[in-house]
Amino acid sequence: MSAVVADAVPVGGVGRRSVGWWGLVTLIATEAALFAYLLFAYYYILVQFGPAWFPERSPSLKLALPNTIVLLISSATIRWAERGMRRGARGMALGGIALTFLLGLAFLIVQLFEWKAKPYSLRSGSYGSLYFTITGFHMAHVTAGLVALLLLFVWCLKGYFDTRRHVPLLIGAAYWHFVDVVWLAVFFTFYLLPRLW
Amino acid sequence: MSTLDAHVIEPAPSSGVLEKIWATPPGILGWLASVDHKSIGKRYLVTAFLFLAAGGIEALVMRAQLARPDQHVVTPDQYNQLFSMHGMTMIFLYALPVLSGFSNYLWPLLFGARDMAFPRLNAASYWMYVAAGLFTYAGFAMGAGANDGWFNYAPNSERDFNPGLNIDFYALGMIFLGVSTTVGAINFVVTFFRMRAPGMSIEKVPIMTWGTLTASAANILVIPAVSVAFFLLWLDRQYGTHFFDVAGGGQPLLWQHLFWMFGHPWVYAVVLPAIGMTSEGLQTLCRRPLVCFEAVALATVATMVLGFGVWVHHMFATGLPALALSFFSGASIIIAVPSALAVFAWIATIWTGRPIITTAFLYFASVIVLFVIGGVSGFMTASVPVDWQLTDTYFVVAHLHYVLIGINLFAVAGGIYHWFPKMTGRLLDERFGRWTFWTMFVGFNLAFLPMHVTGLLGMPRRVYTYASGFGWDTLNLVTSLGSLVFAAGVLMLVIAVLRGLRNGAPAGANPWDAPTLEWSVPSPPPTYNFLEIPIVASRYPLWERTIDHGAARSRLRTELRLEAGRETLATSALDADIDLVMKMPGDTLAPLVLTIGMALAFVGLLLHLAWLTIAAALVTLAALVAWLWPQRELAQIAGAPR
Amino acid sequence: MIARMRLPSRWRPAIAACAAPILFAQRAAAAAQPPLSYLRSAGAKADATLPLTWGLLAISIAVVVIVCVLVLVAIARARSRTAIAHPDGNASAWVYIGVGLSSFVLVCALVWTVRVLAFVNAPAGRPALTIEVTGQQWWWKARYLDNDASKVLTTANEFHIPAGKPVRIELIGADVIHSFWVPALAGKTDAIPGQVNTAWIEASQPGRYHGQCTEYCGLQHAHMGFDVVADAPDDFSKWLDAQLAAEPAATDAMKQGQHEFEFHCGACHTVRGTEAGGTVGPDLTHLMSRQSIAAGAAPNNAGMLAAWIANPQAIKPGTRMPTLGLSDPQIGDIAAYLATLR
Repeated sequence: MSAVVADAVPVGGVGRRSVGWWGLVTLIATEAALFAYLLFAYYYILVQFGPAWFPERSPSLKLALPNTIVLLISSATIRWAERGMRRGARGMALGGIALTFLLGLAFLIVQLFEWKAKPYSLRSGSYGSLYFTITGFHMAHVTAGLVALLLLFVWCLKGYFDTRRHVPLLIGAAYWHFVDVVWLAVFFTFYLLPRLW
Repeated sequence: MSTLDAHVIEPAPSSGVLEKIWATPPGILGWLASVDHKSIGKRYLVTAFLFLAAGGIEALVMRAQLARPDQHVVTPDQYNQLFSMHGMTMIFLYALPVLSGFSNYLWPLLFGARDMAFPRLNAASYWMYVAAGLFTYAGFAMGAGANDGWFNYAPNSERDFNPGLNIDFYALGMIFLGVSTTVGAINFVVTFFRMRAPGMSIEKVPIMTWGTLTASAANILVIPAVSVAFFLLWLDRQYGTHFFDVAGGGQPLLWQHLFWMFGHPWVYAVVLPAIGMTSEGLQTLCRRPLVCFEAVALATVATMVLGFGVWVHHMFATGLPALALSFFSGASIIIAVPSALAVFAWIATIWTGRPIITTAFLYFASVIVLFVIGGVSGFMTASVPVDWQLTDTYFVVAHLHYVLIGINLFAVAGGIYHWFPKMTGRLLDERFGRWTFWTMFVGFNLAFLPMHVTGLLGMPRRVYTYASGFGWDTLNLVTSLGSLVFAAGVLMLVIAVLRGLRNGAPAGANPWDAPTLEWSVPSPPPTYNFLEIPIVASRYPLWERTIDHGAARSRLRTELRLEAGRETLATSALDADIDLVMKMPGDTLAPLVLTIGMALAFVGLLLHLAWLTIAAALVTLAALVAWLWPQRELAQIAGAPR
Repeated sequence: MIARMRLPSRWRPAIAACAAPILFAQRAAAAAQPPLSYLRSAGAKADATLPLTWGLLAISIAVVVIVCVLVLVAIARARSRTAIAHPDGNASAWVYIGVGLSSFVLVCALVWTVRVLAFVNAPAGRPALTIEVTGQQWWWKARYLDNDASKVLTTANEFHIPAGKPVRIELIGADVIHSFWVPALAGKTDAIPGQVNTAWIEASQPGRYHGQCTEYCGLQHAHMGFDVVADAPDDFSKWLDAQLAAEPAATDAMKQGQHEFEFHCGACHTVRGTEAGGTVGPDLTHLMSRQSIAAGAAPNNAGMLAAWIANPQAIKPGTRMPTLGLSDPQIGDIAAYLATLR
């Protein structure tokens, strides 16, 4: 390899200079678009029918609001894991990843209970179809995130990462934040908007 | 460091070391595992042409049915499947993949890199394309092909009106294909911004790549719209949801909005790369830089950006308020402005250049004319009151074939004649090429020019037959005969390629005296593309001696040999300063296994076999995990060298 | 029509002078033109659109010719050149001039478009008549709305309107999306399930104007035509009254046919004045006043009626009307009976 290059330039991806990071950014763009179109379907039908379309004007927040907080905390825990990684504190990183995983899992389980508690179903009308489909898509993305967190935990445990080289953790954390932001949009649409309209 | 005289190309000494590092193992497993962008590009081209042939045969059967009134060549159901499969095949399985093929092959060579940013993803996008195409055609082979048009409007696509598997094959197949196209688009975008040779700052990027970049960025944002639409439709059909059916509070127009929010940017995605190829070819063959280069690059982007805002022009007759119609009508008329700029730039390039009238030149020049014909008929449909007469008539069919065939297929033909020598080291026969061109050109215009009149005389689209006495008989006969001539021309193109492969004259590295980097390597290029990563100083590295570019000189011998494994350089996004040495993945079967897993999962969904879906999903996941697992050779593990 | 476009008054005579010959020629040639052509117009809405259509077509053809000439001249001129021009030089100036001219033409076309759209989109006067038209696979139902329930006419596939007066059409999609199009009179409007789209048509003079469904709607989309017949206002009133009247009692010779009809066909079809009251298929009262059957799939005569009843799937494969498996005498009786429904 050329002497000019060898001393000056890292080999392999480092932080946000890695192509993997750029790939994730484009992936987030396309997945964000996916949710935008799903929510467009909702808002389009809402505009056709008006507030009479809402099956409940005050959807219960008993499960959904704590669940939202759980997800927000999980974003904090994955950030904590990243900080740990940057400082070389592997224990902190592993702890953060594990905690994020557990919180995400809790979110999924609570959401399933929420599904059962709903007075309408997938088939009961366009509102029900949209609710379960959109929250279902979100849960699928959370599940993918959980698989990613599992892999990150294993890779971290095996010592694949260090203070400089931990691109998968950056990618996984960014994806997790994205899933969190999507939830905020979904939560607003289905739990807050009927109250506000 | 010596400066190579960039104008005179001597084949760089080959490197046995690099050859071994980058070679694909021989045999079938090697071929299946290859992540070489050149191999993948060629596969895309061949597969796209196979689908072109399938779509073409479907068209010829339709034209046989429509050549005379009241014929019974096919039943109504067969005809409806034919026109739906024809549209789907051409616009999804031919038009974009063929351009992906050229881009895949050429981009690393144009950029001075050794591969695309994500070689394994590249392989995966190809395999998924093949699998999705086969999946959709399996339906057709079973007599359950898509039958509600490529646009598939609800409620006609709902189970009540379409109980068979036709729409399910189509919906699932398109979702599958959407994954392929999206990951391909991601690959192009990241490659554009990170894999250019040092010094190739953004204004020096070859014009051709702007088309695919723009199309790819757009695809990333709009493919989810159609994937969502097809998925919601599939849910309606399988699980009784109520997205599009009125009885349950669904909205038929929701389908149209979702579909066309994707569909309109898509049709620009399938022509902008071809427009880029035309710019590239014309500037080379006119032996001068493209006139208004920056403006043409900006016009490409502007067309696509405006293209996001015109989708309602497919829905002018649906009863939307006049204010909305006016806005979309205005946008649809204004979008012609950047296209006009490209057309005038091309004409100016020819006018002030020294054209060599090769077959490629004939094709590229004909793109200008056919593009304009397609463009003006589009301009007419952009005007709402006029569109209320001519939408859903054969006038629109004429329009869309002029833009799709005139821009995409004719540019592809030009691209074949232009880049075949680079891909194979052989020249295509020029004399036969002229016959091929004129047959295609005459046949195409004979088939589609009268179609404008057929449309103005009111013949509706998507009809399996028509009665006499409407004034359409002779016009349809002429169109059918023209389509035969055109098909013969396309066949001649294929024959030309086969003959060229067998006994074309040797081409050398740069038979056209072209300016861009791909012409600086041997034909065909070695597996590692560039012996040393070039350092670029201008837009036209190989023309620096003959056009006035100041003192800056690109260098092809740079000692950036990068032979400690599969390596290439990553550079910064705008200025292309050296940023990283990238370790590139070798050949692997993971993309193929992943694709097989996905395909089986889709079969499971189609047939409601939960066990198959789950098992296949697990296979897919396993392949993905194996793929993503950090590897020391790729410098993904801490403690790796440097 | 020209006045209603609200153009500056000083332009009106000039535009009228230019447009009038075109419109006159179009109207004069209307009868000889292909039935679905929209290159001639016979009604206010289509009249307003026609100059725009021809204008844009003329611009389009001119642009194509200019570009072809430029390309050919460019190739011819440049072949003999020996030196490469200085990068760009004057060439880019010409490109921008071309773009500027094109933009100007495009903007003018846009302004013209918006003006015509504004006119075409809303009727100038109150409609003389409102017809509720329902598109369904694969025929057209028409209900003439009236405050007096006894004057609400239900008919199918061929409807009359009074010439010279605006008629409002309320479009309903019964199953899938269809599109209502009578090219001579107006552009097309979709009939979409779940919403009612309003269109309006106006025929300048009496005549028969053909229409066609123009949104792909399934197997027999190709055979979903209809006719709009414009009558002079007095003739229209006579037609409406005649249609509203129930059928007279059948003659003895036709009684068997009427009985067979009521028994085999009455579940789907209505003939007022008989027991047949089905609404699934077209209303057949006064059937013989129509020129075609099966939404234009076949001409309306006794022979075709018999063939249709015997085997509708042979004439229009996939049609909703089943093959009933009737015997030849039954078919003959029914067809003969139907032929008396004037």
